[in-house]
Amino acid sequence: MMIDAKPITIHKLNPARSQLKGRQVSPQAREEVLGLMQKVWPITAERPFRRDLLIEYLHALSDAFGAVFERHIAALAECMKLSQAEVFEVASFYHHFEILRDDQAAPSLRVRVCNGLSCTMAGANELLAKLPALLQADVKVEPVPCIGRCEVAPAAAVGQRNVGNASSSVLLQIIKQKEHLANVDTAQGAIGIIAFEKYQSAGGYALLRDMAAKRRDQESVISALEHAGLRGLGGAGFPAGRKWRIVRDQPSPRLMAINIDEGEPGTFKDRWYLERDPHRFLEGMLIAAQVVGISAIYIYLRDEYHELREMLHAELDKLRAHAFMFAPYELPRIELRRGAGAYICGEESAMIESIEGKRGEPRMRPPYIAQVGLFGRPTLAHNFETLFWVREIVEKGGEWFGSHGRNGRKGLRSFSVSGRVKNPGVKLAPAGISVRELIDEYCGGMADGHALYAYLPGGASGGILPASLAHVPLDFDTLQEYGCFIGSAAVIVLSQHDKARDAALNQMNFFAHESCGQCTPCRVGTEKSAKLMEAIVWDQTTLNDLSTVMVDASICGLGQAAPNPMLSVLKYFPEEVGAGNSMGALQ
Amino acid sequence: MSAREVISFELDGKAVEAILGESILQAAKRIGVEIPHLCYKEGMRADGNCRACVVEIEGERVLAPSCCRSPTEGMKVQAQSKRAVKSQKMVLEMLLSDMPDQGYKWHEDDANQPHGELSEWASVMNVQVRPELKVLRREQAKADLSHPAMAVNLDACIQCTRCVRACREVQVNDVIGYAQRGSHSSIVFDQFDAMGESSCVGCGECVQACPTGALMPKSHIGSQKVDKKIDSVCPYCGVGCLITYNVRDEKIVSVDGRKGPANDSRLCVKGRFGFDYVHHEGRLTKPLIRKAGVPKSILPRDADWREVFRQATWEEALNLAGGKLKALRDQHGAKSLAGFGSAKGSNEEAYLFQKLVRTGFGSNNVDHCTRLCHASSVAALLEGVGSGAVSNQVNDVAHSEVILIIGSNPTSNHPVAATWMKNAAKEGSKIILADPRRTDIARHAWKSLQFKPDTDVLLLNAMLYTIIEKELIAGDFIAQRATNFEALKAQVANFSPEAVEHACGIDAATIREVATTFATAKSAMILWGMGVSQHVHGTDNARCLIALATITGQIGRPGTGLHPLRGQNNVQGASDAGLIPMMLPNYQRVDNKAAHAWFENFWGTKLDDKPGYTVVEIMDKILADERDSHKIRGMYIMGENPAMSDPDLSHARHALESLEHLVVQDIFMTETAWLADVVLPASAWPEKTGTVSNTDRMVQLGRQALPLPGQAKHDLWIIQQLAKQLGLNWNYADEGDGSHEATGSGAAAVYEEMRQAMHTAIAGITWARLEREGSVTYPCLTADDPGQATVFQNDVPTKDGRIKIVPAGFISANESPDEQYPYVLITGRQLEHWHTGSMTRRASMLDALEPEATVSMNAAVATQNQAKAGELFQITSRRGSIQLKVRIDEGTPANTVFIPFAYAEAAANLLTNAALDPFGKIPEFKYCAVKMQKA
Repeated sequence: MMIDAKPITIHKLNPARSQLKGRQVSPQAREEVLGLMQKVWPITAERPFRRDLLIEYLHALSDAFGAVFERHIAALAECMKLSQAEVFEVASFYHHFEILRDDQAAPSLRVRVCNGLSCTMAGANELLAKLPALLQADVKVEPVPCIGRCEVAPAAAVGQRNVGNASSSVLLQIIKQKEHLANVDTAQGAIGIIAFEKYQSAGGYALLRDMAAKRRDQESVISALEHAGLRGLGGAGFPAGRKWRIVRDQPSPRLMAINIDEGEPGTFKDRWYLERDPHRFLEGMLIAAQVVGISAIYIYLRDEYHELREMLHAELDKLRAHAFMFAPYELPRIELRRGAGAYICGEESAMIESIEGKRGEPRMRPPYIAQVGLFGRPTLAHNFETLFWVREIVEKGGEWFGSHGRNGRKGLRSFSVSGRVKNPGVKLAPAGISVRELIDEYCGGMADGHALYAYLPGGASGGILPASLAHVPLDFDTLQEYGCFIGSAAVIVLSQHDKARDAALNQMNFFAHESCGQCTPCRVGTEKSAKLMEAIVWDQTTLNDLSTVMVDASICGLGQAAPNPMLSVLKYFPEEVGAGNSMGALQ
Repeated sequence: MSAREVISFELDGKAVEAILGESILQAAKRIGVEIPHLCYKEGMRADGNCRACVVEIEGERVLAPSCCRSPTEGMKVQAQSKRAVKSQKMVLEMLLSDMPDQGYKWHEDDANQPHGELSEWASVMNVQVRPELKVLRREQAKADLSHPAMAVNLDACIQCTRCVRACREVQVNDVIGYAQRGSHSSIVFDQFDAMGESSCVGCGECVQACPTGALMPKSHIGSQKVDKKIDSVCPYCGVGCLITYNVRDEKIVSVDGRKGPANDSRLCVKGRFGFDYVHHEGRLTKPLIRKAGVPKSILPRDADWREVFRQATWEEALNLAGGKLKALRDQHGAKSLAGFGSAKGSNEEAYLFQKLVRTGFGSNNVDHCTRLCHASSVAALLEGVGSGAVSNQVNDVAHSEVILIIGSNPTSNHPVAATWMKNAAKEGSKIILADPRRTDIARHAWKSLQFKPDTDVLLLNAMLYTIIEKELIAGDFIAQRATNFEALKAQVANFSPEAVEHACGIDAATIREVATTFATAKSAMILWGMGVSQHVHGTDNARCLIALATITGQIGRPGTGLHPLRGQNNVQGASDAGLIPMMLPNYQRVDNKAAHAWFENFWGTKLDDKPGYTVVEIMDKILADERDSHKIRGMYIMGENPAMSDPDLSHARHALESLEHLVVQDIFMTETAWLADVVLPASAWPEKTGTVSNTDRMVQLGRQALPLPGQAKHDLWIIQQLAKQLGLNWNYADEGDGSHEATGSGAAAVYEEMRQAMHTAIAGITWARLEREGSVTYPCLTADDPGQATVFQNDVPTKDGRIKIVPAGFISANESPDEQYPYVLITGRQLEHWHTGSMTRRASMLDALEPEATVSMNAAVATQNQAKAGELFQITSRRGSIQLKVRIDEGTPANTVFIPFAYAEAAANLLTNAALDPFGKIPEFKYCAVKMQKA
């Protein structure tokens, strides 16, 4: 492109501006937005618009109009006393908001097909290629990153209806029968939850009531967690008990943010437990809130789990209706927030930004969110599963949890196993179990016709290990020496029919797609790496240089871990990328 | 620095001390270690996104951004370790790999370093992009050249978000966002709109912030080399932003915001992009004399002056100009002459001009446009607190819990001052906006009271009522510091919120809430503009504001006080310097015997001891009967344009045409100059050295950046030449000596004399000090006095040291809408145009942004009149009629239209009413009755 480096001639804007600068809000769009928000939220004079609910308002618009239209962004901004740029940048950050010009039409339906690794191995791309021709032109078919149903790959979503083992005939049938329009909480037969009444009658919430009535002291709860060695099960593995102590010592008001964004490809354990025993989690959450002295709780649930959102709203209502049970303890305000299609919001500080109604950009640390978190307050952030185990650990004692374990490790792990195994699913297994043991003892062995070739021990970020390392104990801290980590314990199993380089490229594309775009190493590094990884023979020097800066200089774990699968390929599968058989490619 | 404020840490093996709160990057820079950085810019919040500044900190797993990390005691930091440098260089290489081949912001004039700071750091760090990455260059964004003043080339964007922070956190214009994500992340205007179509207000803060040239002033793309950078002050509004002119080949190519106390490097569209009027082809470069027999009438702006004037030598022009003034004086007496000085000139020019009128013409018939802007505010302030200047500076709003903005549209008229208000709002201050027009600052307001035009006194008295009724008064403050409270109490007793809510259009509950919030705030400040002053009850409006601040004790402390926002760059200074008919310099009344005697002695001549006539009165006196001994026959007008700025222009223009002799000194053929007998080509602001005083009482020095064009002369020289003609023997020369630089015009010598005349205000601000410091706040009485930013802390300069509360009753506007003229006309300014447009309409970028006159109305009014946006309409008052295009602005109140007065082709003041406020003699620009029809 030729660039004119000389001063540019100034042209007059003609004619006179017949309106103020920028887009003006049309009275109709203003009415549409106000009318909708008054109905959905409801916005009233006493309950005005809240800045932190911006993403929720965008959901309301998207649900009602099939997309987010520019005129509605302008009107919503005006209602919220925000600028249009402030609303637009948030809306455009989240993949689940499609922003349309006012003269465009929203699709009549969206069919989202998961192209996560497990679903890709199960034929997602073929399904994606086939579907558009079978559907009306105004149905939008789009590939989406892992939607957390890897045990029934390939998975898809028709509108808000999630579908496992998706085939074109299954999807067409659903659309034809309009099953996707049925109320999600009744339509999703898979959910057979232990509802509030049942949970309570089976002894649930007794622990919380004991604590509320001071029949059990808070210190014993924390020490039980410490004895159990319970660590953050979202992937970072920070000791839960210590975290409670740290936040408890911060000035009030203290807030709590719970991460059910579950976006790490291959991970579906949180969904699995939530579909079965939601109150076990809620009780754990309230125990934490009571011990730490939390004044408000924000549950951040990934948007893809529509049926769980409906279920949680209903169960939370029941809980609130029974708040008297816990007197004198007053239930803190609990808000259920809806993600909007952004993997990065599983990073705790990005989640906090998202709860505040902003772009999900991770924050710099220090300050740590335990000190300065949600709305600037000290914040206890937990993954769902960490809280799920609290009740059982306290009831059975810390030693019970720690009594499990294998190969010298202690505790239990919920492995989300998918890929080439006979029985994929969530497997509660001893920490330290090897992948070989996990496959053989918990998954019924490899799928027919498949032999173990490689496996991803920790989702997209945790690297790739070859079959020759199938004996390595899987736990926190055991995989570092192999350039891997367990993370959320999402194990994806590859066979001789798969290639590690394909898996690595799939993950790098995922990271490029999900990078928040804030810092240079991740924004540029993921994208350039993905392009370089398409080559038959990899440019190792450049990939290693990119990897170094991503690992060392990215703001958050996404960029820091993004090179792991690529580095694993260079280390363990060099022949796949024309890098010879040397194990020393990294040097 | 005390021990506790210092942190000792280790940088690359060397012991370093950091000041508490400093980042590693700042500490390193202070000791001369440069760490590459792009997203960090001094004065902005560090964001840490580019990662070019990462360093290795012992004990930490990953590198840390040195711009965002403060060192802790004993921390071991390596900025130059192999590992740190590897990432620093990789970041630069990654960013460079996506850059276009040619760039927009060269390092000096090196086209091989085309990407500004990125290229500079790449050069320092010896980084080149490897071909393997170069081939992967991202898709290149298309240029967006839709804005008249700025070029957007996002192919050179490095996503550092400095522009976002500039737009959102510094200026709080909130136009720029960072949208989408990952490698698609993009700087956007509004909703990904073209910059020129967006809500961008053109402040150019983004351009100033951009490190790579992705956002550039169109006038300064490519080579950044300039011949000189000259420090000056913005020539437009009263905020007084400090600037630097970038000059190449004796032309200004761009303007940078300079770190000044009023602007902290911020500018608005006028200050940054409104500079090229000085190079306009219409500049006057020769003295002109009216051709014999050519009748006096105003020609369009692009008309050729040769039709009316002939070129003359300076000698001939001065002889005619001065000779005729002298002849009129000698024949008809001192009162037959009058002079209008200018609030756009320097303090020295204002001082010398009034001295010329007082000692040369022999009367006090000297005034300027302060009469048209804050005369009523000044009248009320002098009466109430004994001083016409502001009590607290604008950026003191940072300390205000509540900020009452009334009758002001600061985002348009004082844009940089508005940034401080918006910053404060972001930090939690509550803005109460009270204005019939809902303007842009409303978005940042806690409450926006769109009261009915003309009902200010009702609203304010109801607030006073509420405060007294709810016993929220500051009893001690009133007892110790004020007088006349009981009279106020009695007066406002009839103004309950319920009694006025219908008339002023604000419900009683809101009035009560707002009054309570104001009264109970720890600190509350009042800022007001022409919406308060330009009424026949302008003085009453201001009296109410003084009462409001006084009975709540919201004065004399940080974050409190009274601030009438000054309109012009030197309206404060020109008034201080005595460019007003009833006051000698420093507000000494001409009829005050002591002051009168002091000045007679100081100037060594007899002085008139009767106040002179004000602007509008002078127009009337021109048309006075021949037998009137005060009939004005000759005028000298320097840098003012009354043929555009006066109310009821037909009348004013008729008056100017009727003068026997009119001398106009200006830089353009203004509407007033068309009516002159002699036109003297003068200096534009960048062509001279001088001082101006801003709304914050800061005396600020501007230096000459450009030579005078053609035969144009410094205004000070011209005044002195005319003085000579009038028989005065002045000698103001300063060719520069050890104590100061040459000004080429005598400015330093004039200033030093003025300093003596105003010693109780600026004794401590010598010319030499101004050369050193650039800006000094007064009162400032000694060389080591830093200047008093907040005044009235213990008393006020009235006779008894107390604030005199003056109650106000309700008076309606002079002319109200009726069946024949059903709409209210409000006049005012708009962001891009300043005053009568004589400069801004000739500034190419400003005129491109707002090229035509418009009449604003809300959609309901438009519908009533079947007016479509953009349609030509005729607006008519009892005094005149103009045609202009309809603009829909939902912020314009019911039954009202708004017209800016900057457009000669549709001069709003042909419609306005010359009715005067009895105290300030200010005309009622803000209210008259009009009708409209399709043109």
